[in-house]
Amino acid sequence: MELETLIDQFQKKDAKAFEALYQMYNDSIFGVINTIVKNDDIATEIMQDVFIKAWNKADSYAAKKGRFFTWLLNIARNAAIDKTRSKSFKNAQQNQDIDFFVHSIEGNDQLDQKVNAIGIKKYVGKLAEKCKQIIDFLYFKGYTQKEASEELDIPLGTVKTRNRNCIGELRKALEV
Amino acid sequence: MDSKEYIASGILELYVAGALSEKENEEVYAMMQQYPEVKQEVLSIEAAVVNLTAATANKDTSSKFDTIKQRLGLSNTASDADETPVIPLQPKKSIFRYAGWAAAIVFATGLLYTAVLYNDLESEIEVVRAEREDLKKQIYEANSDLTAANDLLDALRIKDIITVPLGGQQVSPESYAKVYWDKKSNSIYLDLQGLPEPPPGKVYQVWSLKLNPLTPTSLGVIEDFAGDKDKVFDLQNANESEAFGITLEPAGGSESPTLEQLYTLGVVASNP
Repeated sequence: MELETLIDQFQKKDAKAFEALYQMYNDSIFGVINTIVKNDDIATEIMQDVFIKAWNKADSYAAKKGRFFTWLLNIARNAAIDKTRSKSFKNAQQNQDIDFFVHSIEGNDQLDQKVNAIGIKKYVGKLAEKCKQIIDFLYFKGYTQKEASEELDIPLGTVKTRNRNCIGELRKALEV
Repeated sequence: MDSKEYIASGILELYVAGALSEKENEEVYAMMQQYPEVKQEVLSIEAAVVNLTAATANKDTSSKFDTIKQRLGLSNTASDADETPVIPLQPKKSIFRYAGWAAAIVFATGLLYTAVLYNDLESEIEVVRAEREDLKKQIYEANSDLTAANDLLDALRIKDIITVPLGGQQVSPESYAKVYWDKKSNSIYLDLQGLPEPPPGKVYQVWSLKLNPLTPTSLGVIEDFAGDKDKVFDLQNANESEAFGITLEPAGGSESPTLEQLYTLGVVASNP
């Protein structure tokens, strides 16, 4: 089914469309959250909250404001960052030191047929340091273009072109 | 801008990341409606990013949808519909029994209602927070733009600033530029609005000139001409300049000016 139709039905509170969207994005949302909170159980909790929020606030999504996936990603990153700021979280967090999404992928033996495992691992393996940083900032941490430019100390335009090159490599590896 | 350039600019990758402002998002959306190739590109980028982020999931959470359904009190989908049929109990006719059930139902409804309300409020807070973050970003960006504009205006209003108009030369007669030179702080501001965008691999280089004999001193190259919105650049100039010139040079600049590529030139008035 067309993605647009699914989203439309989801907004009309169709539970089946909701489930289809969940199965489409749950890994991504869980992965991004876990890259931030670095704890499987907490990430699972937050991931469920995110989808519940999306369901409850479905009508606040509008296609002209951005992609549905991006909308979910935003809710997820906010919820995960919120959690890392909470007191209970700081106390529970001790010996976790996964730094980047890169380590999560390289150390991931759960990669199933859902994703192109060989392509991704190959890509991440030879990813330039520059790309690791910018991808981490833009996709996993939710930085704006401006924040990324300041954090990396490169001009705004370079953020765009560098990131396009990095994602270009990924697309080559995945053939999309 | 045509769709090819638009795609090559890298804006679509930022769009999928959610790194653009609300206004930019709407622009991208409009481009997607207008050009199928832009939409296709967005879909491909999104597919790549969905794959990449999904690859970081070290746990299969696909079965967790059941918990979500339960928490939302959603009716079961087709697969669960044919569960064990309910066998009706023989009703025992006791008024207390009914009263008990009634009370339980009232109580449960109240609980459920509170839970739903709570959930709703929580999501609302999350969404409002996301919107507030967006607004904060916009205000922040607007503020820094405004500060930059004010700084520039202040600089140009310094009493003793020397204005040197640079006129177009043979290679580009319609070009023009302006130099604002603050001798006290040894700084100059260049307004390069009137210059064409340099071709790839080339940059503009700014020269301070002594006229007799003709001695050029490089003041520097303009690295990011295309990326600069207002086309105003500042450079240091501690020379006793008698004229300023701007030439087009290979990326990185040259030792001495390529005079055939002199775009604009202007002499400092001896009596400012």
